Amino acid sequence: MKDNIVIIGGGVAGMEAAKQLLSLGYTPILVERNSQLGGHVAGWYRLFPDMTPAKDIIVPLRLDVARANVFTGTRVQSITPERESYTIVLDNGISIEARAVVFATGFSLFDASKKEEYGYGVYDHVITNSDLEAWFCGKEDKRIPSDPKAVGFVHCVGSRDLKAGNSQCSKVCCTTAIKQAIEMKEKFPDAEIYCFYMDLRLFGKKYEDFYINAQRNFGVHFIRGRVSEVGETIDGRLQVKAEDTLSGKPLKVQLDSLVLMSGMSCNEGVRNLARQARLDVDDDGFLKSSNNIYGILNSNRKGVFYAGACTGTKTVPETLAEARAVAVEVHNYLKNG
Amino acid sequence: MADFGFRLSKSSTIDLDKIDTSVYDRLCKTDPDVKTCMACGSCSATCTAAPFSGMSMRKVILALQRGQDVRPMLSKCMLCGKCIMVCPRGINTRHIILSICRQYD
Ligand code: SF4
Ligand code: SF4
Ligand code: SF4
Repeated sequence: MKDNIVIIGGGVAGMEAAKQLLSLGYTPILVERNSQLGGHVAGWYRLFPDMTPAKDIIVPLRLDVARANVFTGTRVQSITPERESYTIVLDNGISIEARAVVFATGFSLFDASKKEEYGYGVYDHVITNSDLEAWFCGKEDKRIPSDPKAVGFVHCVGSRDLKAGNSQCSKVCCTTAIKQAIEMKEKFPDAEIYCFYMDLRLFGKKYEDFYINAQRNFGVHFIRGRVSEVGETIDGRLQVKAEDTLSGKPLKVQLDSLVLMSGMSCNEGVRNLARQARLDVDDDGFLKSSNNIYGILNSNRKGVFYAGACTGTKTVPETLAEARAVAVEVHNYLKNG
Repeated sequence: MADFGFRLSKSSTIDLDKIDTSVYDRLCKTDPDVKTCMACGSCSATCTAAPFSGMSMRKVILALQRGQDVRPMLSKCMLCGKCIMVCPRGINTRHIILSICRQYD
């Protein structure tokens, strides 16, 4: 009980942190609300920039953390700061006295139906990036036609959008859109693929190669203009409108399928816990690090640490790196106070 | 001197050192939100007048930033306000159009 560590969230951040803490000799308690560990990444098919199968990350991590105290299908009901610790009550009735708490609570995928003009949940062939990955993984999806002639990708859905309540860039969706555009072109070589973007943000190692590859080898069309609205034609196709800002003219195109690149929003459920633990929340809704350069993993309270997308949008490798680092932070804290 | 039939045409270069942005500068005082436009084109894509008249709110803002006369284009606007609904930066585009017109009153 003296050195109890609770990790909230069993996605890649929580699992990697647990794995590293295990190798440092601790037995962390890992709490995951879903019935399985893995988080968002577990629902993904392949990851940029090397098309690594997501299961190659998730499956070994699940094995690695098996020796931890893992609670799946379990939510943290309350968290109460004590003098030198935190009392954490789980919804299965278990109460834990924790010296250190790691928030690895990640993000929520933006609910694309909130952008009504794009018709998610209304039109038959509008899906999200996450739906498409599920389909790549083998899940059936009637919204994706068997022989599409034209497929579109809408960047920045629920990101960089004040009205959607998220002014930030979600950072991963430009690269994901290009990855998925390539994957669709591989499946449907005769289909025309369009990416509607405002800016292409391909900042990481190998990401620009993705863009060049999509242009040179897959003939993906990049249209610089934000989609303003989507309609349905009488024969059930989608009519997309944007301004082609580079030629300065309104543009329309008919598509058989439209993929919305839903962004990363803050995890709403975490705010309640943050309030109970008296943690600062940033104006973007994500948990607020003590400093955005050298204190990303640190909260405003002793003994509470952060890893991964709970503090803002992160790529998978960034999340893994933070999770490794947070294990050292926790270790040093428990050793030195 | 022999006439070779050549004329010097006016340079199409936008010379940032010489342009007059006073209309835009005044607009930034009355409608500071205009400064956050990211040229996404949503306003123009949804504009009722655009397909037939060439009206583009995005182009109006850019033209002002470049010191060009926007009156001919503004005269195409029907003030329907549709563009406000789609702007991801929450810019009150219709109000901006009225503010520009007021400058020319
Ligand atoms: S990464 Fe690209 S698609 Fe995603 S929010 Fe940023 S600019 Fe938009
Ligand atoms: S207010 Fe003017 S610029 Fe805006 S959508 Fe209507 S006609 Fe177009
Ligand atoms: S919709 Fe808003 S941000 Fe986009 S071009 Fe128009 S005014 Fe600028």
